[in-house]
Amino acid sequence: MQPTAGRKSFPTYILVFLAPAILIYTIFMVYPLVNSLRLSFFAPNAARQEIFVGLQNYVKLFTDDNFAPRFRGALVNNFVFFLVHVLVQNTIGLLLAALLTSGIKGSRFYRTVLFLPTVLSVVIIGFIWQLILNPLWGVSESILDLVGLGFLFKPWLGLPESALLTVSLISVWQWIGIPMILFYAALIGIPDELIEAARVDGATGWHVFWRVKFPLVLPTVGIVAILTFVGNFNAFDLIYTMKGANAGPEFSTDIMGTFFYRTFFGQQLQLGNPSMGATIAAMMFLIILVGVLVYIFSFQRRVTSYEL
Amino acid sequence: MKGESVIPFRQVQEVSRGYRLRQALKRAIPHIILIGAAVIALFPIVLILINSFKERPAIFGQPFTPPTAETFSLIGYETVFSRANFGIYFLNSITVTVSALLLTLWIGSMAAYALAEYRFWGNTVLALFLSLGIMIPIRLGTVGILRLMVSLSLVNTLVALILIYIAQALPLTIFILTSFMRQVPTELKDAARIDGASEYRIYGLVLPLVRPALGAIGIFTMIPIWNDLWFPLILAPSSRTATVTLGVQQFLGQFVSDWNAVLSSLVLAMLPILIFYLFFSRQLIKSITAGAIK
Repeated sequence: MQPTAGRKSFPTYILVFLAPAILIYTIFMVYPLVNSLRLSFFAPNAARQEIFVGLQNYVKLFTDDNFAPRFRGALVNNFVFFLVHVLVQNTIGLLLAALLTSGIKGSRFYRTVLFLPTVLSVVIIGFIWQLILNPLWGVSESILDLVGLGFLFKPWLGLPESALLTVSLISVWQWIGIPMILFYAALIGIPDELIEAARVDGATGWHVFWRVKFPLVLPTVGIVAILTFVGNFNAFDLIYTMKGANAGPEFSTDIMGTFFYRTFFGQQLQLGNPSMGATIAAMMFLIILVGVLVYIFSFQRRVTSYEL
Repeated sequence: MKGESVIPFRQVQEVSRGYRLRQALKRAIPHIILIGAAVIALFPIVLILINSFKERPAIFGQPFTPPTAETFSLIGYETVFSRANFGIYFLNSITVTVSALLLTLWIGSMAAYALAEYRFWGNTVLALFLSLGIMIPIRLGTVGILRLMVSLSLVNTLVALILIYIAQALPLTIFILTSFMRQVPTELKDAARIDGASEYRIYGLVLPLVRPALGAIGIFTMIPIWNDLWFPLILAPSSRTATVTLGVQQFLGQFVSDWNAVLSSLVLAMLPILIFYLFFSRQLIKSITAGAIK
C-alpha cells in the first residue's frame, strides 16, 4: 500500500523531499524568467525609475532604426543557421548512423571518434577552427592545394557573404554526434523480425533502408529538429568566440544570442539596456515556444498515429 | 564441384572473381566513408595537439608533421603557466562542476523519489511544473538572473554559478529519475516499512538501486556545465572566479599573436574533457541512447 496523504495534514517528509528542488528551481529559474518577461513591458524614465510602458519595447524592437534592422538581421541569420544544421546534420547524421548499424566491424571505435568533438567546449572548437581557417597559418589552403583546389581558398570567416555559412558548418561539425547517436539508437531499436520479413519478401538493402527503417526513424528526425531548434535559437558561445559580440563582419554572423548579449550589456559607446535586452529574450522565448508547440502538435501527433 | 554442375568451370571461376571483387568493394565503401568522417572529426584536434609541442617556425613551416627532436619546444606551455592562472581556473571549474553535480543528484533524487513514491495533492501538476524547464533554456532568464544575483550580492562568486547550474539541470534529472524510481519494486519498500524504517531511511534504500541512472545523468549534465561560457561571462567574470572555459577565452583574446601560447592553452583546456571522455565515452553514449529509446 502506498501511503496517501489525507485531508488532515500534509506529511512533513514529502515536504522535506520536495522543498529543496522546488525552491532552487523556482527562485533561480522560474522567477528570473518570469521577471525577465515582466521587464520587457517596462522601461526606465528620465528619473531612471522603471515604469510600465505596455508593448512599447516591442514596437521599438520592430520599428526603431536602432533595433529593427539588427533584429531582422539576427532573426534571418538565426533561421539560416538553423536550416544549415537541420539539412546537413540530419543527412550526415543519418548516413553515419546507418553505416554504424550495418553490422560493420569497429563500429564502436568509429562511434567514439565521431562523437568526440561534441564533448569539447564550443570556445575551444571556435578557436581551433579560427586557427585552421586563418590565412596566416595557411593550413586549409595547403590541404586544398593537396587536392588541386587551392584556388578555391578564401578567408571565409572574414567575408560577409560566407562567414555565416562557415560558422554554421563549424557548429554542425561539432554537434554531428548528437543526431548520429540518436539515429543510431533509433536504428538499433528496430526489431530484427521486421527487417528479416522485408528481406524474405525480396527487398534489397537499399529498399529495406528506405521502406522499412527510414519511416521508423522519422520520429527521431523530429526530435533532432526540435533539439537543434532550441539549441540554435539560444546559441551564443561559438559566434562570440569566433566573431566577438559584434558578430562581424558587418553583423553577418549576428544571431539572437549575440544580439541579446550586445543589447543587454552594451558595447563600445552604446550603454547596456536591460529592458530592451529582456524584450529580445522574450522574443527568443516566444520563438522557442512556437517551435516546441509546432513539434508537439504536428510531429508528435503524426508520429503517434503512425505508430498505431 | 559435384557432378550436376552444367556451367563450365572457367566461367564459374570468372563469375565468382567478379562477384567477390564487387562484394569486397561493397564492404569497403562504408569503411572508407567512416574513416573519412573520423579523419575530419579528429584532424583539427590532432593538428592543434602536435603543433603545440613545436617551436614557432615549425608551426608555420611544417604544420602537418609531428614534432621532431629539432622542432620540439615547450615554450607555449611555459608562457601559459607563467602568464595565466590556469591552476585557479581548473580549481574553479572543478569546484563548480562537482558541487553542482552532487547537489543536483541529491536534491533531484529526493524530489524524484517523492514524486514517484507518494500520491499527494498536486503531484501531477508539480511534476509538470518541474518538467517545463526541460525545453526552456535558462539563458532566456539572464536579465532576471543577473538582477537576482546582484540583490543577493552573489555576483562574482562561484555560488552563483553552482545555483544556476543546479536549477538548469534539475528538470531533466527529476524527469528521468522519477521514471527509474517507479520501477523499484514496492515489496522492498513495504518490507522496510513493516520493519519500522522511516521514509528517509527508505529513500536511502532506494537510492543505490537507481545508481546506473544517477551515473548516466551525472555524466551528461557534467559536460555542459564544464563547457559553459555564458554564465561565467555574465555572473562571475572576475579573474578570481573564472572557469577554464572563460579563462581560456580571455587568455586567447590577449595572446592572439603568440601562436605557441594559443595552441598550448587550447590543449590544456581540452585535456580534462578528453581524459574524461577516454574513460567514460561508452557510458556517455549508452546513456544518450538509452534516453532516446525511452
